[in-house]
Amino acid sequence: MTTVSLGIPSVPPRGFGNISAVEPFPRAAHRELGNAQLRANLGHATHTIRDKRLRVVSELPDWEALRDAGSAIKTEAMSRLPELLTQFEEQFTARGGTVHWARDAAEANRIVEGLIRQTGASEVVKVKSMATQEIGLNEYLEERGIAALETDLAELIVQLGHDKPSHILVPAIHKNRTEIRDIFLAEMPDVAPSLTDEPRRLAMAARAHLRRKFLSAKVAISGANFGIAETGTLGVVESEGNGRMCLTLPETLITVMGIEKVLPRAQDLEVFMQLLPRSSTGERMNPYTSLWTGVTPGDGPQNVHVILLDNGRTRALADRHGRSALHCIRCSACMNVCPVYERTGGHAYGSTYPGPIGAILSPLLTGVEAEENSSLPYASSLCGACFDACPVKINIPEILVHLRGEDVEAKHAPRSGSGGRRRGLPTQMDVALGAASWALSSGDRLGLLEKGLPVARALAGRDGKFTRLPGLAAGWTQSRDAPAPPSESFRSWWKKREKAAGPAKGDGTTDGAAGGRAKGDGATDGAAGGRAKGDGATEGEAQ
Amino acid sequence: MSARDEILARVREALGAGSVQGSRPVGALVQGSPSVGSDRQEVTPERAPEPSAYRTPYRTESEMDEDGLVELLVDRLEDYKARVEVVARGELAGAIRKRLDGKRFVVPHGFPTEWLHPALADRAVTDSREAPIAVERLDALDAVVTSSAVSIAETGTIVLDGSPDQGRRAISLVPDHHVCVVPVETIAGIVPEGFARLDVTRPLTLISGPSATSDIELERVEGVHGPRMLDVIIAR
Repeated sequence: MTTVSLGIPSVPPRGFGNISAVEPFPRAAHRELGNAQLRANLGHATHTIRDKRLRVVSELPDWEALRDAGSAIKTEAMSRLPELLTQFEEQFTARGGTVHWARDAAEANRIVEGLIRQTGASEVVKVKSMATQEIGLNEYLEERGIAALETDLAELIVQLGHDKPSHILVPAIHKNRTEIRDIFLAEMPDVAPSLTDEPRRLAMAARAHLRRKFLSAKVAISGANFGIAETGTLGVVESEGNGRMCLTLPETLITVMGIEKVLPRAQDLEVFMQLLPRSSTGERMNPYTSLWTGVTPGDGPQNVHVILLDNGRTRALADRHGRSALHCIRCSACMNVCPVYERTGGHAYGSTYPGPIGAILSPLLTGVEAEENSSLPYASSLCGACFDACPVKINIPEILVHLRGEDVEAKHAPRSGSGGRRRGLPTQMDVALGAASWALSSGDRLGLLEKGLPVARALAGRDGKFTRLPGLAAGWTQSRDAPAPPSESFRSWWKKREKAAGPAKGDGTTDGAAGGRAKGDGATDGAAGGRAKGDGATEGEAQ
Repeated sequence: MSARDEILARVREALGAGSVQGSRPVGALVQGSPSVGSDRQEVTPERAPEPSAYRTPYRTESEMDEDGLVELLVDRLEDYKARVEVVARGELAGAIRKRLDGKRFVVPHGFPTEWLHPALADRAVTDSREAPIAVERLDALDAVVTSSAVSIAETGTIVLDGSPDQGRRAISLVPDHHVCVVPVETIAGIVPEGFARLDVTRPLTLISGPSATSDIELERVEGVHGPRMLDVIIAR
């Protein structure tokens, strides 16, 4: 993408990597919806986690106060970001760590590769990390002869199955136990052929498979849930102990952290360590959390690095209506309550970040002008469930609407005049709206068009419904019928009625008005009928 | 320009751009859901609140006596499948001996000697930062016994901070069975009370039950890579 200087503040560069859809959301969603196994698994998973979350959240009398605090701390962190990043760098460095900065995915990948090369290792162990997923680190390293081994059970299943994660917390949720057993049998050389599909047996097979890797690994790569500016501390929240293995046993530890993960004070952990586990896995506390600050002599990795990653985050930050998407702590609560995610699953979003947060975060990181992500803000019914569930109160529906506005502006803004950035030819929507504007701006033109109503009614057929409309309107009839238009417009009916009633006199006017109102009510009924139809459609979306 | 300077410049520009751009109200865009309306964030990025503005509303203190703390911690630990026992200080050595009977185990060099029964001496291996046990050897041992720095009753969390009675992080990770002593005075009620007692610049490990996964059809399996068995002995 080229930037032309127009004398206004330039927009920071977009992010790259696994944050761009490869096809529009509706098409991807349509395909995923055909997978009955996926839908059954997702339905079960999202409802189970949702219920657990509600149970543990209701235990805390101050949950809403904690959400307010989480939101306020993140807002503060964003507004003080330059100062906090510098402070984090100073602290981390003073305690024996090395800080690197990466403008984008490619630069981060290069830095990681360089650090691994310095150790001479050709195999590294990895803790589940959204940031490294985002920058496509595994693929990058593999192309250069370095094997990056995912150690989280679900990530391992996804990696061995040559698949992609579909949920940020339970990435293999789209696979059932039998599928997982088949993957293990095919891909783990040391596994017994008698392996059953009992989850405990599968977990133990993974333990055995990874144990030797953990004990011999020289280099580990992780993400970070938090970085504390005040002390230079990094934190990883996990369940299985694979995180502890990676963060403790190897000599070299490389952490990739988005710049938005920095928190001002150590004390802020008291808020986020309550919000995150309860929102994420629905536990009072996750089994293991590790916090480390630079190097501790004689305990854990002695060669410790962190890479602070931009990759479009500053671009998101520059959007004042969208920047709170950067408050996200990657808990996945919004996915588990989303009626759209529940049906389409994570793959339909095409990005490392699926679900409601992905629908705003991905276009914010790449810019909504990026064609491939421009359909994501529409992947929502705007029901607001994600906002209610979000532990840091990101107003996802509001940002979705904002981004839809940006998208419309990018696509349909007039060519002339200031701020026009339309791309390509006028769309069907432009043509339709242009025609509507022509017709509705004059009563005569509208009257002329209304003469065509009986024809349209006849076209609808005997049941008075359109089940398939052409062109742009096909989007509407894809999932619901359109009612046939009435045989006569209200305006023409009113004109005829006035003529028949003759000249108004005395209180007859009132009668006439009342009659008119009664009839008008009938018309309203008609409209209400139409709206009921519309409501039906809304329900269809919101189920 | 270095990546560092460029990113910091981008951040400054992004924040500056945010505050000078025309202010299009977005608050009224989403209507119809009462929860959305009532939940609206009052804070704008340009005016971050003072910490005192949000430090007060959530709980920072609990009012539980020792019995209450112990009872809650036991309940929460057992909920996550840890095995818990409450003993008097004088019975601690005996309780630890019972848990480690017949096992070969590692013990951090600062672990109080009076907590280790003499009968265990020949099966104990001592570890320290200065004389660390190789990881392969740790893997061959059956168990580890450590003390702990802080516990949080409400969440069933035990925190190790690498002090000499808890040792290097590796020793409480590699052996399959962790016997952990919780001195009763280290139990805090809620999360903020727990963190207030910790120095986050130490290497911290927060443990809430044995390792677990729910990655296969969300069925919880206790015991994956970390110790598969967690024994907690609360000493009063």
